Amino acid sequence: MKQAMTPEEIKAQKPYLDWSLSEREYNYIADTLLHRLPNYTETGLYSAMWSEHCSYKKSKPVLRLFPNKNARVLQGPGEGAGVVDIDDGQAVVFKAESHNHPSTVEPYQGAATGVGGILRDIFSMGARPIASLDSLHFGELSDPKMRMKVQNTVKGIGDYGNCMGIPTVAGETTFDPCYSGNLLVNAMSVGLMDQDQLQKGVANGVGNAVMYVGAKTGRDGIHGATFASADFSDEHATQRSAVQVGDPFMEKLLMEACLKLIQEHPDWLVGIQDMGAAGIVSSSAEMATEGGAGMELNLDLVPQREPNMSAYEIMLSESQERMLLCVVKGHEADVQKIFEDFDLAAVVIGRITDGHDYVLHHDGQVVCNIPVTTLTEDVLEEESEEREPARLAAARQAAAWLPEITDAGATLRQLLAQSTVADKSIFFEQYDSMVQTATVVGPGSDAGVLRVRGTKKGLAMTTDGNGRFVYLDPEIGGKLAVAEAAANIVASGAQPLAITDCLNYGDPTDPEIFWELHHSVLGMAAACRAFDTPVISGNVSLYNENNGQAIHPTPMIGMVGLIRDLAHVIPMAAQHAGDLVYLIGHTGNDFAGSELQKMLTGEISGALNDFDLAATAATQRQLLAAMEAGHVASAHDLAEGGLGVALAEALFKTDLGFKLGLKDMPAAQLFAESPARFIVTVPASHQMAFEAALGTAARQIGEVTASHWLQATLKDGQLNENVATLQTTWEEAIPCQLKSKA
Amino acid sequence: MKIAVIVFPGSNCDRDLFNAVNDLGGVAEFVSHRATSLAGYSAVLIPGGFSYGDYLRAGAIARFAPVMTEVIRLAKAGYPVFGTCNGFQILTEAGLLPGALKQNLSQRFVCKTVALEVTNNRTPFTSHYQAHQRIDLPIAHADGCFFADQETLDRLEDNGQVAFRYAGENPNGSLNNIAGVTNAAGNVLGMMPHPERAVAAVLGNTNGQPLFESLFATLQEAH
Amino acid sequence: MKVRIFVTYKQSVFDPQGETIKDAIHTLGHEEVEAVTVGKFFDVTFADGASDVETSVKQIADQLLVNFNMETYDYQVMGD
Repeated sequence: MKQAMTPEEIKAQKPYLDWSLSEREYNYIADTLLHRLPNYTETGLYSAMWSEHCSYKKSKPVLRLFPNKNARVLQGPGEGAGVVDIDDGQAVVFKAESHNHPSTVEPYQGAATGVGGILRDIFSMGARPIASLDSLHFGELSDPKMRMKVQNTVKGIGDYGNCMGIPTVAGETTFDPCYSGNLLVNAMSVGLMDQDQLQKGVANGVGNAVMYVGAKTGRDGIHGATFASADFSDEHATQRSAVQVGDPFMEKLLMEACLKLIQEHPDWLVGIQDMGAAGIVSSSAEMATEGGAGMELNLDLVPQREPNMSAYEIMLSESQERMLLCVVKGHEADVQKIFEDFDLAAVVIGRITDGHDYVLHHDGQVVCNIPVTTLTEDVLEEESEEREPARLAAARQAAAWLPEITDAGATLRQLLAQSTVADKSIFFEQYDSMVQTATVVGPGSDAGVLRVRGTKKGLAMTTDGNGRFVYLDPEIGGKLAVAEAAANIVASGAQPLAITDCLNYGDPTDPEIFWELHHSVLGMAAACRAFDTPVISGNVSLYNENNGQAIHPTPMIGMVGLIRDLAHVIPMAAQHAGDLVYLIGHTGNDFAGSELQKMLTGEISGALNDFDLAATAATQRQLLAAMEAGHVASAHDLAEGGLGVALAEALFKTDLGFKLGLKDMPAAQLFAESPARFIVTVPASHQMAFEAALGTAARQIGEVTASHWLQATLKDGQLNENVATLQTTWEEAIPCQLKSKA
Repeated sequence: MKIAVIVFPGSNCDRDLFNAVNDLGGVAEFVSHRATSLAGYSAVLIPGGFSYGDYLRAGAIARFAPVMTEVIRLAKAGYPVFGTCNGFQILTEAGLLPGALKQNLSQRFVCKTVALEVTNNRTPFTSHYQAHQRIDLPIAHADGCFFADQETLDRLEDNGQVAFRYAGENPNGSLNNIAGVTNAAGNVLGMMPHPERAVAAVLGNTNGQPLFESLFATLQEAH
Repeated sequence: MKVRIFVTYKQSVFDPQGETIKDAIHTLGHEEVEAVTVGKFFDVTFADGASDVETSVKQIADQLLVNFNMETYDYQVMGD
């Protein structure tokens, strides 16, 4: 096929600028890397591979700040997913990925293919996916268009995961106007494997085959990678067509076939990788780079769904449900047979070659011949300008906002009906949370908990991202995000192991936004060290803007923890009348960025108070030890809506109540969102042992009662609420808003 | 006494059924949709999932798989045949069970634990339940609304072919709150709830155990 | 030759999607809409010169495309 433009025309007309490759980068490629002008196909490949989405050229300097090793980490960032040792020769594999831009354009397919993509990352490592989680951030439900987007996103996640038979066991859903023009849809997947079956995305061994398996290649999602690296504005609405369509049935077959190959015939396989962003080019170039090999592909052999696709389109297509394999020479037919049993075609499209060149043939011509590392490793990192956002200095000067609460009960009822706080079961009941029969704790708790069949072990998992705090103070907000995830894991009785993240930010060429990215990563990295939870995988999503309006900087933390003995899994709800209630952590006037502030003032403002990471981690370790020693009946981490909301949540779906003495706490502080706090219930017979284990960190505030009332004596009033009424308020808020016709 | 668990492309509760049988002391084996013989198997279990992606209609394409000829032969010969969720849909599409499963009234997929009544405990799958026993079992489906014309419904009720009924909330709009039905002979049972998800104490629900124990006892007697 | 086969619920079977869409149409202001029925259609293309296409269409509908417990169908020959 003829190239659409000659190299000289490309140099003169600069079409690459529209593909987000800068003139400086183009010149560097031509002058320094190739010593010639790249042709049309090559220019297209460079623009995709050098996009932020594929290369992390802007965020890399910041990502290096994260710790990513400890004794348990078997595989850190850089592969399909990170891998952590969970003893007994087993490993947990996990990663999160954002699919914000596709989901904003087409929520159903965007969310569905987001789930599909992250699942492929897990099973390409040789692990069977055992759970999905999500982190969803929407605009307000009062907007009818947003209600449609919310329901379509949820349906997309459900339809894909349900069909695949992967339970969705935890997640979070929040609502804020800052996401109304740019949704955040982050999906996380967790897999389980025997350590000796670990696979990598690597290709080498001269003469070995490069095999393509899965769905055929069409024109869908071309330039999705560069599309994900540019901001949305209405004038570009016509470019918003890069929508991929998912086929979970195909992916289910692909998963079973790949796992069969990996588990039964690892000796036939050199490496395997998902064709994700930038499709064939990124998977093949990354595998060849990892293997230190050259590669030659014949694009005429690539299964194609549409006629007359150019080399450029074939290489950059982001058609879903495809994998690239490097297969030992001589086993091509064996591999084909395995895939045929699942009604899938596996096709040899090329070979590993001596040297380091990446050569593509199409229609009888060589359309690309470049050193493979120029696509992957020679990308120019970009130094970004940064500047502290002006709002932060202003917030430090301003007087702190202090709410006046006269009726604690009314405030609590109102908070429980806020969509970020209210019951989300109308969403998560659309996800199969029980398939695979391992779900010990499903959605709606602090963390999802799964059993590991054949052992006493369990895995706890959670996703957390609070953009409000990061917006008000990136560094403290970053610390809070990790601390909150760790608190969710510990509350279920698990030891935090490691994290994956999705870093969702606005346009990084804005110095204030780059500052947000940098400083929130500093905060997260410090917290990761304090909790000994290295970052083992993740992704970066920049340019989350609509018409120049950026989202709150919203890093999402996905954390997995290990429960050594499922006998000590800790429920969120109070268990027995007569148990003692403890509050762990200090409560102060922490109202900046709180749900209460948002509810009463319509906005968030102010400065955050810093907190002691080392002390928080130490307290969490003490609490976990008390749990493992059997002293704790229930535990719940305090988050949006503070103590008041947490107390109510710990009583929902029980027939119990609390009677509490909080004589030094003003009513307003019931709703403060001071960090690193839990409410814990303890059988009276374990009082001494529990108090000895926690020391001064825990303070007894009352007891569990047999009457279904939440009662507290406060410094300036009383709380006396019927829990059934609170639960109805909490349960009906979102269904009621979704039904609204206005 | 081996029990066959049929695996269609897109089945995803096959491992759960297999584990439930084996964990409770039975012997289950996976059988491919391509198999042309079920010789040597004493009972057939059809798992949940999305056979053939649920494309066209849930269960509509699975019934053309080679193994279904054998499943139909065994069903007609009186062997116990059981389908849960997508398995129920397949059995109705194959004509082994009356009625059809429509989209849920809510038009949404729903996964939760629901209350059921064991309406008929004189089937090969329910003999270890008490008559009218209340149990809780998980459901997870988008197309679980049981539908049949009035004449069929009357016949099902008169013959005692309704094995399980939703006893609290009706989660999908099923007529007569029907959650599970048998064929006229009683040896074929289909149900939307998932008993195989309720056999392990660590998961908090063992209400599905008696269904498998009933099947094992039936097979013992037949032996 | 192309034949379009339409499959819908029988009239006696409640169609929740149709009801929901009717409500949505009413909120658009089209109160005059009395009923909406949702169905699906299949475009089936036959090879040139295929004989007795209508018999084939009936067999395909009867054996695969329609569940007569709840559905019914119609078809239309679209030409080439």
